[in-house]
Amino acid sequence: MIARAGNWAMRAAPWLAAIAVNWIAPDYMSLAASVLTMGLFALSLDLALGHAGIVTLGHGAFYGVGAYAAGIFAIHVWADPLAGLAAATLVAGLVGAVTGALILDTSGLTLMMLTLAIASMIAEFANSARDLTGGDDGLTGIRPSPVLGLFRFDLWGHTAYLYTLAVVFVWTMIAWRILGSPFGHSLDGVRQNAARMRAIGAPVRMRLIAAYALSAAMAGTAGALGAQATKTVSLASLGVLTSGTVLMVAVLGGMRRRWGAYLGALVYVVGQNFAAEIDPFRWMLVIGLMMIAVVMFFENGLAGLVDLLDRRARPSTGGGK
Amino acid sequence: MSAPAIEVRGLTKSFGALHVAQLIDLSLARGARAALIGPNGAGKTTFVNLLTGVLVADAGAISLDGARVDRLSPAARVRRGLVRTHQINTLLRETSARENVALAIAERDGCAWRMLAYRRVWAACLEEADARLADLGFGASADDAAGSLPYGLQRLLEIAIAISLKPRVLLLDEPAAGVPSGEAHAIHTAIDRLPKETAVLMIEHDMDMVFRFAQEIVVLVQGRVLMRGAPAEIAANAEVRTVYLGRSRP
Ligand SMILES: Nc1ncnc2c1ncn2[C@@H]1O[C@H](COP(=O)(O)OP(=O)(O)OP(=O)(O)O)[C@@H](O)[C@H]1O
Ligand SMILES: [Mg+2]
Repeated sequence: MIARAGNWAMRAAPWLAAIAVNWIAPDYMSLAASVLTMGLFALSLDLALGHAGIVTLGHGAFYGVGAYAAGIFAIHVWADPLAGLAAATLVAGLVGAVTGALILDTSGLTLMMLTLAIASMIAEFANSARDLTGGDDGLTGIRPSPVLGLFRFDLWGHTAYLYTLAVVFVWTMIAWRILGSPFGHSLDGVRQNAARMRAIGAPVRMRLIAAYALSAAMAGTAGALGAQATKTVSLASLGVLTSGTVLMVAVLGGMRRRWGAYLGALVYVVGQNFAAEIDPFRWMLVIGLMMIAVVMFFENGLAGLVDLLDRRARPSTGGGK
Repeated sequence: MSAPAIEVRGLTKSFGALHVAQLIDLSLARGARAALIGPNGAGKTTFVNLLTGVLVADAGAISLDGARVDRLSPAARVRRGLVRTHQINTLLRETSARENVALAIAERDGCAWRMLAYRRVWAACLEEADARLADLGFGASADDAAGSLPYGLQRLLEIAIAISLKPRVLLLDEPAAGVPSGEAHAIHTAIDRLPKETAVLMIEHDMDMVFRFAQEIVVLVQGRVLMRGAPAEIAANAEVRTVYLGRSRP
């Protein structure tokens, strides 16, 4: 019972801390919101890549699709942020389902190249559909109405931050639940050995498409949050760099670790923000060195490192995920 | 008389010039105990791969309980009750033994698509998996990652997963191959206690095991059925002795 209560406390503490940030760091609301958005995006990648083993270099496409969908929806359909979020999530999930159906019977390098190719095609489409997306000028003029008709997006970003936190919390709870469900366990099985999963009757390709669509929907939500927070969408949001960044964040934080995505996002986004003020080039060097350290010595990323320190501090208790 | 549990007609497959399956026929009644023997490279594993759909046959028909399955995907055939174990362990190595079995149970019951019913459904799968593994004498090893189990237990886990699927037809590809004699006993026991109604085809090189297990033996040589019959007939046949028994038993 005590262990169970402790477990709950461990899970609740980071969320309580995130709420407290609203008052502790009022000058950093937009930065804090970016951390959460990036964390959600990395969590979506962790679902597809970490758990289901879908090697993708094109996850930025879903983030971008979500961002554009939310922006276009807000401008042309309805400025309600939650409706925009739902629309973006749906569109990104649909794009994930369709592209997943096209490419998920391949694997390895072929799959990687196909995800890259599809992301490039989507980016090119966004570039040429100027009337809708603003092309390389970007999409501007997004003015979300108050959340639930009650809470205005204030100048200091408090509403945007708490709104982002609420959305991220809901998606994270859903993701954790899914990962503990039979479906979630079957994804880990597919990653490890597709032949074994077929031998127990699992429809491997359909499972992967479902995971990919789910992950795309989640990435789409992250993109929509980004668009609503910054009130603009640029072509870069769909780009290769976005896909690469989220991959770095997920690996840095630790794949398949409960808090990995958010730890990675915290270190990456905060580090980048402060380093950019000093010397952006140095930051790339630091991030590069950290990636090397993680890949070579800490395969469970920052989350694994935290476990290690935790176990040192309390040698009597066994380590867990 | 109902249709056989599995019926195979004229199954044929070539890898280029190598004819690994040549017009193979096979019929197993419900509850049958049959063995498939033959020298290395005869095409026994290939035959299992053809039946399960891992390889696509060039020609031939496969029916389960009278219904054709040769156009179905491997996973769909499993869901129809055609289950195999692997000559080379094919396990989720990072996953615990009990979760390896629980996943099979989830697929069998069609609840592996359940995404949000976290505790209840998965806990039920784990509970049945625990019972299955306890039955087979796994003990505390059920919690260990499959890849870290002793080789004999990994072979046993292959069988445990297959049984959990409640197959109508079970294909065992050298279930005890490479298992040290100290660990083989558990596997023999598991095979003796397979469900009575399941039709079983066992591939095996150990002739003591084959003769103790089988009511019918099929001898495969170079992709062709050389002979089939009751164990006594096979043991007495001079041709079988020269092509197979003589060589493998010094
Ligand atoms: N995918 C493949 N492509 C080409 N040749 C193959 C393939 N799979 C198997 N073979 C060949 O087919 C022949 C039959 O192989 P198979 O594995 O079915 O033999 P087996 O009877 O199971 O032998 P063993 O007793 O050693 O397990 C062998 O010569 C093998 O090299
Ligand atoms: Mg073989």
